[in-house]
Amino acid sequence: MIITMAFGGGGKTTAGLINDIFFKHLGNDILCRAEDSAVVEGCSRIACTTDSFVVDPIEYDGGDIGRLSVCGTVNDLLCAGAEPKYLTCGFILHEGLELAALERVVSSMALTAKEAGVKIVAGDTKVTEGSGGLFINTSGVGFIPSGRDISAGNIKTGDSVIISGCLGEHHVAILKNRMNIKNDVKSDNAPLVDMVRSLFKNGVNIHAMRDITRGGLATVLAEMAASSGTRIELEEGRLPQNGSVRDFCSLLGLETIYMGNEGKMVFFVPPCDEDKALDIIRNDRYGKNAGVIGTVTCEDKEGSVIMRTAMGGMRRLEAMMGEGLPRIC
Amino acid sequence: MCVALPGTVKEIIDERYVSVDFSGNTVKAASGLVDVHIGDRVLIHAGCIIQTVSEKEAMEIEEAFRELGEN
Amino acid sequence: MTGRFLEDLKNYDGRQLKLMEVCGSHTAAIARSGIREIISPKIRLISGPGCPVCVTASSYIDRLTELARDGKTIVTFGDMIRVPGSTGSLYEAKAGGADVRMIYSPFDLIRMAADDPGRDFIFAAVGFETTIPVYTLMLDEIREKGIKNVRLLTALKCMIPVIEKLLCDGSGTDGFLAPGHVSVITGEKPFFETGKKYGVPFAITGFETDKLITGIWGLLKMISRGETGVRNFYPSAVKREGNIKARQKIEEYFENGNAYWRGIGCIPDSGLYLKKEYSGYDAGSRDLVKDEKFDVMCCCDKILTGKMEPVQCPLFSKACTPLSPKGACMVSSEGSCYVHYSAR
Repeated sequence: MIITMAFGGGGKTTAGLINDIFFKHLGNDILCRAEDSAVVEGCSRIACTTDSFVVDPIEYDGGDIGRLSVCGTVNDLLCAGAEPKYLTCGFILHEGLELAALERVVSSMALTAKEAGVKIVAGDTKVTEGSGGLFINTSGVGFIPSGRDISAGNIKTGDSVIISGCLGEHHVAILKNRMNIKNDVKSDNAPLVDMVRSLFKNGVNIHAMRDITRGGLATVLAEMAASSGTRIELEEGRLPQNGSVRDFCSLLGLETIYMGNEGKMVFFVPPCDEDKALDIIRNDRYGKNAGVIGTVTCEDKEGSVIMRTAMGGMRRLEAMMGEGLPRIC
Repeated sequence: MCVALPGTVKEIIDERYVSVDFSGNTVKAASGLVDVHIGDRVLIHAGCIIQTVSEKEAMEIEEAFRELGEN
Repeated sequence: MTGRFLEDLKNYDGRQLKLMEVCGSHTAAIARSGIREIISPKIRLISGPGCPVCVTASSYIDRLTELARDGKTIVTFGDMIRVPGSTGSLYEAKAGGADVRMIYSPFDLIRMAADDPGRDFIFAAVGFETTIPVYTLMLDEIREKGIKNVRLLTALKCMIPVIEKLLCDGSGTDGFLAPGHVSVITGEKPFFETGKKYGVPFAITGFETDKLITGIWGLLKMISRGETGVRNFYPSAVKREGNIKARQKIEEYFENGNAYWRGIGCIPDSGLYLKKEYSGYDAGSRDLVKDEKFDVMCCCDKILTGKMEPVQCPLFSKACTPLSPKGACMVSSEGSCYVHYSAR
């Protein structure tokens, strides 16, 4: 069966869809009240964020748009030092979408939300003309424990820069079909709640963290250097590498430092916490390949990121410009 | 423009194409410009094999270097 | 061994040298390696006209966008999409509803066209000697399968004529890093002959960091020994005779003709066009002779010929950035301006 405009009509067909797919998988005490607004408990400082997901294909190696829509928002909340609590979701379904595909996506969303320990408390569905696709928006709310202050502005000279794993896996998982290249690379889409929670629990003094999504590591670090007014120096040789991702990028003239991820975090911690942090991250299921990749060397009003290349050259990294197009030329 | 990478021929698909492996990436590559066999190291550009890669480089380069180093 | 070479490059203290790489992939590889900053300031590495996107005349882009707006499906490599033409770029045409698709392998187009016989496909076939033989295999298959809905808009150029043009005009270059993958096809001979004719050395060079160092070191040695002609520092891929079969395929389908290089103008016989008997597969490539600047201050022409460095252009990093490029050198990630902008 496929989605038709009737599923968005607001009548019985819509109600059927909500019951048979959304409540079935995502249902909880708050969502199933089906009121116009969800009412939840709060706290004194909350983080809120929103993100829309339009990935094509909606199912790819290692994940799907449902898992992605939870990971993206949950990881954004974590970056503010928040404990992710509640999500809302808006579905834009395109006519022609297979109901079975929708159900797979929603069920994957439910599993990911469970893994991340968040409740989906409100939702909406619309149907538009289209060609069988699906967009999802998720908004999230997280509670920030008192005394916790995580921000790029807190980055200090001497901080160690740690990344939680290899770069580019999500991007490759999406791009490989479009470029007709086959490999075993799976998307890294993952909620990093456990990893971050155990860093806090063990007293690691995280100054700042950011999930490495679109634009890749280079873009994220360029932004962080600019907003903290520091110079970040990386060692190219210390970047954790996945050989398949590296060759995939070389084939297309791309660089792993500009490739997107959906389950990788970059942390800034004081050098005294480096070993402890690395140990904790590597013990997490999503952090096996974590590594220290550089340090914050000094203040720099404009902010700069310098990478010491394999041969000892110095290369300045800029935020990605435009869209990361495959480059055969 | 001329991005090209060496890989290894894994399979002869038909008279036009072979599959080539690059550290776990499989690319279907046109083989009409060179004679290739399974196991050959080949250079791929834009989905096409443009040359086989030989291992004689080290030797030849050393020869060139001996000559150049002598001044 | 490359460690020692690198030391030599750092410690070089002879006369000021200007070395030109004439391959966009070298430009990108040099920038990514960070080598420019660590070798002796007496060795200047400058970029020549080796990025096919950068040297494509504006009328080519205009013709592509015109075909796109006319309902044709344009299939192209990545960088071509953002080059500005007088009526916008392909990117903008796409945003306006045109069908523009990006591929890695031209052979993917054959399947696309066979699956969708009602649609007209135009392939933006740009490139130098490395890429041209790839198109001949594509044409072989298209002809054999009787596919009628694919045409090529070509902007195919040869490396030697433009290098000779630079040498005639006097760019003051002491030696060239010969393009490694062009050499795979052409072999050593054309570079040998040009090197002898103009009394300059060519070092055929690969692209990985150690190969780059080796090639630059080799070129330095050739200069210091007063050698002219060519030496091959990439013999694992470049055979002395090149790829003869590939050159035969080029001759089967293409013939030489005048080509228009962005900012440089017409260079006689520097282009390749589909022969008359294959003109049914051409989308009007021979008429594209116009080349106009979109900003009179743009210095792409001088930059492409090594007469000026990107930072000397008044538009550089001010009016002209990768996000709003005025000239092609700022568009392609292999363009000198883009590379310099990224490494400011």
